[in-house]
Amino acid sequence: MAATQDGPDRTRLIGGPGLLLVWLYGVMVVGAVSRSAYQIATEFDRAPLAYSLSAAAGVVYGFITYTLVRGGETARRAALVCCAAELAGVLTVGTWTLVEPSAFPDATVWSDYGMGYLFIPVLLPLTAIHWLRKARSEQRPAS
Amino acid sequence: MLDVLMLVTGVAALLLGVWCGWAAYRDQPTKDWHFIGMAVVTLLALVQLIAGIVQLARGEKPEQGTTIFVAYLLGAFACVPAAGFMSLGERTRWGSLTVAASGLVLAVLEVRLYDIWGG
Repeated sequence: MAATQDGPDRTRLIGGPGLLLVWLYGVMVVGAVSRSAYQIATEFDRAPLAYSLSAAAGVVYGFITYTLVRGGETARRAALVCCAAELAGVLTVGTWTLVEPSAFPDATVWSDYGMGYLFIPVLLPLTAIHWLRKARSEQRPAS
Repeated sequence: MLDVLMLVTGVAALLLGVWCGWAAYRDQPTKDWHFIGMAVVTLLALVQLIAGIVQLARGEKPEQGTTIFVAYLLGAFACVPAAGFMSLGERTRWGSLTVAASGLVLAVLEVRLYDIWGG
């Protein structure tokens, strides 16, 4: 671990509130990836767009989880970008599903702003962005 | 039989969530008693997993498909212990809150399981 460029004392992103974030992101990874894998394998033709979007969401969640666990400044920035992309995705797809339901014969993870997942998909990036920004300001005096 | 198990596991998970949420509110890490609570909930989920597989082996069909049913059974089983192990490394209120969240997620999973089974 110490061989990586950030060194052994890179910012820990999974301490405190970060732990809860990692856990929730982990849940979303399992949820989105397994759901889309199953749907793509069994009934892809029914709603290709919806299932592809779910798979993309799963990949983004997976990457954010990895960066949070890894820690460090580079990972923190990458996670911030991904959280912003995730938020944009939730808002776009959420609005899209409300404006034009016919494009989505079946639900995605991000349908109706993630209502089927207790709105976790829209709350999670907001919390994560807040946490990641805070992690930067706290890192300076600590190191 | 499976319906009752789902109900009991769901309620137990909710109680665990409230209990650990209370610990987090009082700024406490998870303690031995909490881990015993997690073990009880995990045991219930394990019994549910086995009972579900036995039902499938007997030829019963879940309403929304066998694959989804088994995936949810496994997810329900792994949910609380995963958070429990994470809280071992985080001896603050945030460890407790993570376990509390896992209890709520498990309760939601139980509701979904009930729908998938078609009880």
